[in-house]
Formats: sequence, structure tokens, C-alpha cells
Amino acid sequence: MSGEVHLSAARAQTLGPRGAARERSSPAAARVWAFGATALKMLGLAVFAFLLFGPLANLALWSVAERWYAPFKLPVSYGMRYWEVVFRPTGDAMSSLMTSIGIACLTVLVALAVSIPAGYALARLRLPWRTALMILFLLPQAFPSVAIYINVARVFYGFGLTGTITGVVLVHAAHGLVYSVWIAAAAFAAVDRDLELAARNIGASPLRTFFTVTLPLAAPGIMASAIFVFLESLDEFTGTFFVGVPQVTTLPLLLYNASMGGNYQIASITALILLVPSVAFMFVIERFLKADVLSKVGQ
Amino acid sequence: MARPSFFGLLLIAPALAMIGALFLYPLGYSLAAAFTDPQGGLSLVNFGKAYEFYSTDILFTLFIVITSTLLTGLVSIAIAGILTLGETPWLVAALRALYRWPLFIPFIVAAQCMRTFLAKNGLMNNTFVALGIMEPIQATSLLDWRGIIITFVWKQVPFVTLMLAGAMASIDRATIEAGRNLGASRLRVLVEIVLPQVAQTLLVGLVLSFVTMLSVLSVPLMVAGSQPTMLTVDMAFRINSYGDYATANALGVISYAIAGTVAWIYLRHSVKREVQA
Repeated sequence: MSGEVHLSAARAQTLGPRGAARERSSPAAARVWAFGATALKMLGLAVFAFLLFGPLANLALWSVAERWYAPFKLPVSYGMRYWEVVFRPTGDAMSSLMTSIGIACLTVLVALAVSIPAGYALARLRLPWRTALMILFLLPQAFPSVAIYINVARVFYGFGLTGTITGVVLVHAAHGLVYSVWIAAAAFAAVDRDLELAARNIGASPLRTFFTVTLPLAAPGIMASAIFVFLESLDEFTGTFFVGVPQVTTLPLLLYNASMGGNYQIASITALILLVPSVAFMFVIERFLKADVLSKVGQ
Repeated sequence: MARPSFFGLLLIAPALAMIGALFLYPLGYSLAAAFTDPQGGLSLVNFGKAYEFYSTDILFTLFIVITSTLLTGLVSIAIAGILTLGETPWLVAALRALYRWPLFIPFIVAAQCMRTFLAKNGLMNNTFVALGIMEPIQATSLLDWRGIIITFVWKQVPFVTLMLAGAMASIDRATIEAGRNLGASRLRVLVEIVLPQVAQTLLVGLVLSFVTMLSVLSVPLMVAGSQPTMLTVDMAFRINSYGDYATANALGVISYAIAGTVAWIYLRHSVKREVQA
């Protein structure tokens, strides 16, 4: 960010003379021109902000609307009644929330358990067809997924895995593997090799070096990949729709059912619950995913 | 160290097994099911049926995804262009703070937002009526193909803009300054100097967006209910209503083919660039 500030300051300087040259006409006309330009920019920004936040505002309004029907532009009466319904300890929503969080945590565990060794191998060890292997992990994200999931569901049916938490966790973990493997590989690649060699030189075993030097240094990147996988799992709809039904109801499925059933309040509150971690993540992602790791992603 | 590491293969094996079991095997399964007729022989009969029932939806899907990709590209170029070439600090700062918001918002949440926002009596029409831009009688629901495109563009623009603005920030500013000093307008600098240098990044972002939009089930389900609809919805319908895996998988193979064509265009372009370089 500091680089950008620097650049724009430099740009302002170089623009000085040209900006002055443009204002050759009378100062009054220039002022009108400048005012018009500013007004136009503000209008453009307002339209942009409306299109960006309007849908979110509509969602927020629905979540606190107790009654809202046709001719009224705003809710007829406001209240937190539906929030109480959603957060009632025995309600469907609370159990869906618990199911979703449980599945997301298990998905993170499964994804990390297979991607930490894989990421280390891709970053540090000699592997044949390394590029092809990296692309292989990308494929589940780069393929039209519905056609894959209907067949996963069919295969799982034979093993009795449809409608089970295990089945849903496996589907989510495979989907999130590209993030966990790619980011873990980048995180390990960003660890300074000299530090490992130093540990080995003073007599640490390879395993001890890995757990006391390499892994702690790669931890922020792996943390970022864990958050990615967690959110992907929390927000995942298509895979759960085919593999989890009818027994496993996660928040996205609850949102879908409520919305299609015309219960916009419950749907909107569920959507808000899913929205908060997503937006929060966007603001903190840069803290976890440092530039040195980011520059190595996909290499 | 010429010899591949056996230990390395051992470490990567669980992850590979997972991709194999949960992606490659079902993929093979879908291809096999698509090309098998009811008697178990190899045939294209499923594709005939898929075409007969769903040719409109195939065209509809192509139309939606291509239009959304092009619009996403245009809006992203505009935003990234303002971020890079803008000379009004407050406008650039505000835009930079705003544009990323939908980046990680799930499609299903975006769909629910739009389902209320774009409805006949939604916040958008209500705001227009309140501002006097529109008569109440003119208010129409946008919950059809327009709704799907708006939702896709709303959701994908931050992603493409993020990539594009990053690429634009890293090009040599001297080329921009040279163009500006020679009297080129900012629009001309954007189109003739900046865009050619970031074309590769733009292409990657658009290809990824294209495939993502092709795979989304929740948006066409929730934003536009009626016919025609997108292939993802047709596949879900074939499975849930008829248990008809053959036709559903034929539609699936058609969607692979669409995604594959786009990937091929991208690869061809990349290879051409490398040959030129």
C-alpha cells in the first residue's frame, strides 16, 4: 500500500504542468467544469455503491422485517422475531449451523492431513511430473462440478455414504484440496532453506527440524489455506445438495429450502450468517497470506 | 538428486488417492454413462435425447455464460482502469475500498440477495420509484435471464478486477507516463498501452470465471425459476425427478466440452504468446 501512495504522489507532481495548461480558459469556466466533473464522479460512485450494496441492504432489511408485502416500499413492521426463531436452541437453523461448522472443521482436518505432506513434497522433494501433479489438484475446481457430483453421489450410494457427514466431508475436502495443497506448497517453498540446514548442522534430526523449524515458519500460510478450506466448506451448496440429502442439512441447504419455500426472513438471516465470515475473511486475508507466500502460489 | 524421491511420492500419495477416488473415478464414470446405451453398448443415443429435450437450454447456457463473461470483462477493465489511471484520489480510494466486497460472498447468498433486490417489488424498483426515475406501473421483475447475468457479473467482477488491478499495478509506469505526456487521453492509454500488457491476466480471470459460472447450480435455481434454464438445473432435474443418469451425464459431457473449448482457446493463445516471445 505504501508503494501506491508514493506512486500517486509522484504522478500528481508530473501532472502539475499539464493540469495547469488545460485551464487556459477563464477561471470561472474552469471552476464550473471542475465542479461538474466532481459531481459526475460522485454520481457514478453513488450508482456503483447502490448496485454493490443494494442487494445486501435488501437482505439486511428482510432479516428484520416481520411483515412486508406488495405495495409497501419498506417493511410494514420491524422486529427480531425471526432471529429468535433461528437462534432458538432447538430450532432447525441452530442444528444446521452446528452441522455446518462441524463439517467445516472436519473438512479442514482431512484437507490439512493430506495436504501438509503433499505440500512439503511438492515444495522440497524431487517429484516426477511435478507440474502435472499441481494441475491435477486444480482440476476439481476447473471442471463443471454438477456432472461430477451426481456421479460421486451414485458411487457413494453403493458404499452407504450418501446422506452421511463422512460423505459430505469427503466431497468438501476434495473440492478444497486445490487451496490447501497449492498454498501449503507455496508456504513451504517460502521457508528459508538455510534455517533448516542450520538446525540440521547443530544435530537436529530431519523430523525434529521439520516440526520445530519448517512447520512453524510455514504456519501462517497453512493457516490461510485452512481458512480458505473452512469457508469453502461452509459455503458449499452443490456437493451437499447431491451427496448430503436428505439427512445432512447444512446452512446453504437450509437457506435454499427456506428461500424456495417463500420464507424470506429465515433465508435472509441464514444468508447473513454465511455472509459475515466471508466478508471478514476478505479484510484479513492479506494479513495471513503474505506477499512472499503469494508470489510462490502455483509455482 | 536426479532420481525421483520415493519418500516424496509416499507423502503425496494420500492427496492423489483422494483426487483419484473423488474426482477422476466419478469423471470416468460420467463419461462411461454418457456413451452407453440402455443395452450396455457404445452409442450416442443419450446425446440425441439430450439434444432433443435440451437444445434450447444448451444455447441459453452458452448465451448467459458468454454474455456474463464479456460484461464481467468490461466492468473489470473499467474499474481496474480507474484504479490505475484515476487522477482523483478520493474516487480511487473509495472505489478500492468498495469493489472487493462480493469477492468471497457465496453464490447462494448472492442469489438470495438478488432474489429480493431484483424482484418486481424489490429494493431496486422501489428506489427508482421513490427517486421519481420510474413510474410504479413500469416496475418489472428482472428475475429471469437478466437476473442470472446480473448476479454472475456482481459476483465475478471483484475477482477479475483484483487480478487485473494487480497486473496493472506491476506494469512499467513509464509507458503510461510516456503516453500521457504525448497527449493521449486516459481512455486511449488504457486501451492501447495498459490493456495489451495485462491481456494474459485478463484472459486467465475470464476463463476461470467462465467455468465457474458454467458450474453454478444455486443461481439459476433461485434467481430464475422458469424455462428456459441452465444445464446445471437440467442435470439436477434429470437426476432428482427421473433418476435418469444417462441423459444427465450426456448433458454433463456437453458442459465439459464447453469448458474444454474455452480452456483450449486459452492454451492456444498462451502458446502463441510464448512462440512470439
